[in-house]
Amino acid sequence: MSILVNKDTRVVVQGITGKEGSFHTKQSLEYGTKVVAGVTPGKGGSLWENKVPIFNTVADAVRAEGANAALIFVPPPFSADAVLEAADAGVGVIVCITEGIPARDEARVKAALRATGARLIGPNCPGIITPGECKMGIMPGYIHKPGRVGVISRSGTLTYEAVWQLTECGLGETTCVGIGGDPVPGTSHLDALKLFNADPATEGVVLIGEIGGTSEEEAAAYIKAEMKKPVVAFIAGQTAPPGRRMGHAGAIIAGGKGTAAEKMKALSEAGVSVVKSPTELGEAMMKALKA
Amino acid sequence: MKVHEYQAKEILQKYQVAIPKGKVAFSADQAYAAAKELGGTVVVKAQIHAGGRGKGAFTDGFKGGVKLAKTADEAAEYAKKMLGNTLVTHQTGPLGKQVQKVYVTECSSIAKEFYLGIVLDRAKQANVIMSSTEGGVEIEKVAAETPEKILKTWVDPLVGIQPYQAREVAFGLGFSGETFKEAVKLVMALYRAHEETDSTLTEINPLITTEDGHVVALDAKMAFDDNAMYRHPDILEMRDLTEEDALEVEASKFDLNYIKLDGSIGCMVNGAGLAMATMDVIKLEGGEPANFLDVGGGATPERVKNAFRILLSDKNVKAVLINIFGGIVRCDAVAEGVIAAAKEIGVNLPVIVRLQGTNVDKGKALLKESGLKFSVADNLKQAAQMAVASVK
Repeated sequence: MSILVNKDTRVVVQGITGKEGSFHTKQSLEYGTKVVAGVTPGKGGSLWENKVPIFNTVADAVRAEGANAALIFVPPPFSADAVLEAADAGVGVIVCITEGIPARDEARVKAALRATGARLIGPNCPGIITPGECKMGIMPGYIHKPGRVGVISRSGTLTYEAVWQLTECGLGETTCVGIGGDPVPGTSHLDALKLFNADPATEGVVLIGEIGGTSEEEAAAYIKAEMKKPVVAFIAGQTAPPGRRMGHAGAIIAGGKGTAAEKMKALSEAGVSVVKSPTELGEAMMKALKA
Repeated sequence: MKVHEYQAKEILQKYQVAIPKGKVAFSADQAYAAAKELGGTVVVKAQIHAGGRGKGAFTDGFKGGVKLAKTADEAAEYAKKMLGNTLVTHQTGPLGKQVQKVYVTECSSIAKEFYLGIVLDRAKQANVIMSSTEGGVEIEKVAAETPEKILKTWVDPLVGIQPYQAREVAFGLGFSGETFKEAVKLVMALYRAHEETDSTLTEINPLITTEDGHVVALDAKMAFDDNAMYRHPDILEMRDLTEEDALEVEASKFDLNYIKLDGSIGCMVNGAGLAMATMDVIKLEGGEPANFLDVGGGATPERVKNAFRILLSDKNVKAVLINIFGGIVRCDAVAEGVIAAAKEIGVNLPVIVRLQGTNVDKGKALLKESGLKFSVADNLKQAAQMAVASVK
């Protein structure tokens, strides 16, 4: 089992003919992901790399190929439109990799999606992967291994760091969700936690947060009340200065709020094993699962 | 991206937000002319990207970055004292900021002060209008001490501000009669300005009522979403590079995310989260990071080279820690970039490299064979320990 994506997920790549879209489509196909369609307006009817049919609209891709998940690589000014198009076409899982989307667009899209039932992952994220089944994103496939632990993270390479440890120590992962580093993510830590809590195959969850916002605090409240599985967490930015945006648009301590210390405290109080260094994530999960 | 008070007011004025008349001046002569034109008593306000100017002090001992001038001569005198001088406030840090321009405004007769601010509430994923009768005070302080004095009004991102919400704010602040109507208009206008310019923070502190019954934005602060600047070329033109750290500006030219800090260990990392985590681990091992630097997913030789150059131009840097998790980027390619950059720039400091991920063995071998003095670490913890040891 896994969450959100699996071997039956049929992926349409929006922006498949672009440099990024093309490169990562190749990687996803090599990993075994069912990339069934691409969308580039105006290039409908042709084939991408002689393999994947290209459509003018997501709706066409859904009708012709039964696509049920969308992977978005379009530039920031057009990303909001791409997400809304996918949702309107009835796609259930929408993964938006694009970095640099205005927060106003994100807030509007998020509000509009509430009426559709579609789930957005990202933007500004590495994507989602269920090891051995479906890779929708830009993460290196080979560091993952099918296994027992769910991973939720706001960061890209820091996620790889955690995944690598889980793989090395033999625990492996059920699904890894990169929720992204923007102020208005489509999926929050809390949303992903709920899904992992309900997934029978997931035995424990690694939660990676960073400074800014209150996503980790919301997750802590839920863990305290509802979580049936052990959670190990790391918060990046313990040494970050206030008022500075640390790379990610959402990683900023504003008005004295959103510090790593507050988040670590909330999680600890909820019974989470909070590590001070990301190098201890694997070990802490081994301990939590008594593996 | 931040702008100066006078620029924020220029923007707000376009949206019909009432502001006091004013002119920006780059010299004492211009300040004199501005004061003459405005007539009567004026206020001379130092323009820097930080709050607390009124209570701030200049490094030469002159006190106050906001001064009341009864005559144009006095305005010119104050401008002369402020321009080129460095103002230290509780928001600038101990080094302060050099004043390059002053804003000369008409003097308003203040009957009452309020606070009005708009910011994105990330928990509710909607903009929130915060208003309070506690004007002129830092809102963080009000929020901490008397949170009940802040009225919060959330605006649906899809439908935008509605008149009833502006009325709620105006009633909440205790307005009535004609000033109530003006306040409602101002709140509506301010929200539109915030929304349409992709502002991330719009703050009027204080918002005032004047003795003759008008509602005016006495001060204004705006910051904008960097991601949205592509659709606001007019606002982008307001960027004042002299307000930003020179190295950070240089880094941004190469699409590098660099933030200068005070420590001695320079960091070069791919990915923002991992970059923050690397700083954390350095600190945990007893060292101090000199910077945050995300070379990005690409980490091409060209980027690595520029990153190196920028890191090394910080004179506090005594050692460099490179932490790369190769994913799509191969470690051997990164190693090649590091070697080429070190050879070209000539690096005389200890360089500790930690590589992990795709083609890691090839990358490590390249570093060892390069003949350059790299220390290669097996994991992040060890890398941090080596870096800390090398600066002790």
